[in-house]
Amino acid sequence: MTSGVESAGRPSWAARRRLSAVFWRRGWLRGLLLLLLPLAFFALIYLAALVVLLISAFWSVDPLTTELVRTWNLDNFKTVFTEPTYRTIAVRTIGIAAAVTVTDAIVALPFAYFMARLASPRMRALLFVLVLLPLWASYLARVYAWRLILAKEGALNWTLDRLGLPTLDIAYSNWAMWIVFSYIWLPFMILPVYAAIERIPDSFLEASTDLGAKGWRTTRSVVLPLAFPGLVAGSIFTFALTLGDYITPTLVGGASSQFIGNVVYANVGIANNVPFAAAYATVPLLVMALYLVVAKRLGAFEAL
Amino acid sequence: METRATRISLWAWMLLVVLFLYAPIAIIVVYAFNESNIQSWPIEGFTTKWFASTWHNQEVRDALLLSLKAALAATAIAVVLGTAGAFAVSRFKFFGRETISFVFILPLALPGIITGMALNSYFVTVGSPFTFGLRTIIVGHATFCVVVIYNNVIARIRRTSPSLLEASQDLGADGWQTFRFVTFPVISTALVSGALLAFALSFDEVIVTTFTAGAQNTLPLWIFGKIRLGQQLPQVNVVVAVIIALTIIPVYLAQRLSRESGILRRE
Repeated sequence: MTSGVESAGRPSWAARRRLSAVFWRRGWLRGLLLLLLPLAFFALIYLAALVVLLISAFWSVDPLTTELVRTWNLDNFKTVFTEPTYRTIAVRTIGIAAAVTVTDAIVALPFAYFMARLASPRMRALLFVLVLLPLWASYLARVYAWRLILAKEGALNWTLDRLGLPTLDIAYSNWAMWIVFSYIWLPFMILPVYAAIERIPDSFLEASTDLGAKGWRTTRSVVLPLAFPGLVAGSIFTFALTLGDYITPTLVGGASSQFIGNVVYANVGIANNVPFAAAYATVPLLVMALYLVVAKRLGAFEAL
Repeated sequence: METRATRISLWAWMLLVVLFLYAPIAIIVVYAFNESNIQSWPIEGFTTKWFASTWHNQEVRDALLLSLKAALAATAIAVVLGTAGAFAVSRFKFFGRETISFVFILPLALPGIITGMALNSYFVTVGSPFTFGLRTIIVGHATFCVVVIYNNVIARIRRTSPSLLEASQDLGADGWQTFRFVTFPVISTALVSGALLAFALSFDEVIVTTFTAGAQNTLPLWIFGKIRLGQQLPQVNVVVAVIIALTIIPVYLAQRLSRESGILRRE
């Protein structure tokens, strides 16, 4: 602390000393000062915006003037839940989110097991980085890559053709969305599952073998139950991220691939009906809230 | 424990998954050198001409500049707010402490459309200081960048022993000196790695940006628009390949920085 000695001669030193003593004795004062900035930012902008949004779901828009009508009613919610189109879109969104989650779980489990149990420490570190990097390599770039791969003249059909297999026509379809979403969110599933499997002590598996269990039995009775919280934790990401997306459906989906997000986006940007968009956006919000409650029951939060 | 057959199939599975993760990234980089305007596989010839034409595209330059400005400013705001929040929550006990972490995480946990839509209608309603443009993009990005810094710093603080601060004070340092010579060196690498991640997150963001950018184009918005309309695809290929290379570097650095925790290595 050399500079402490140097600054000791300056006149401001005593005042600074006193001030720092005050802060040290009254910890709450320091805490309050530190919190003021982030809290003000979040309360005045983010939380205020969310509250306004939730309230506006109960308002409506005058169809003629497109002015906001601030009278409370449940019409938007009625439309969301009774109109067949919106129900189909909600079911499609939730269905694909579920399919993506299951796919990622199936792909991630053996991979995570390999990482945690078979890979050498160096290889494990390498795989860890390999899984993490795509997560940060531009989302749009990766979706776009698949648009090129799945195109009629793309790399997938070229490969299939070389292998003597029939080509596929899955560009701009729900199949394309399923593949792309599974690809994009896969690292979010691998990481928590890996963390869960890594925590299984070797002795558990040895005990299972000693008791005469064959490979499959050990997997089913020891590994899977212990990896399960990790799977649930990963599924929160894969499910929630798919549920709220609208970029991938726009870029790789087809004519009948609209997601909740697309409807919401169209209502904010083009139709200028924010109240309806807000009401429809409560669907993924409610689904996620329900999902989180169930996940918490299943012990997913200890695995995060 | 595992039989030979199991080992071999797990090895094969691992290789397949790595291939699955990296083949698209490799393919997109190859397309950047595609001679033809038509995006079919395999590419028709090797050229670097699109790099030059992209570099001279004024739209791309403007979008890149806007993205960099927004990411830098959002990261700066997030560093200040996130660090302050992390210190308050980790050092002091007060009513509602748990709620604060929850509030910080919300912008990342809620679907992007909700954050984007909420901010959009809020900015429209409030008006004046929030005219759509760079300022609203920065505010929107800062909301979800705060949590990245906050998480990184709070994790580092929790691993640091409070006795270090007491020792500093016992040796006669005042609050500022303790921060400058003890606290800051301890959190600095966590702060840098958090800032790099926040920057990458902001630079890449599409959904919240579409709702807060107004008529402006950030680089991801430019890419999104061009892909959707199928225009200038050779240049999109170049931009996308360069972005992949550029985002991978800060994340790799962040990863390395968070491993070496400076003077307070506990493991």
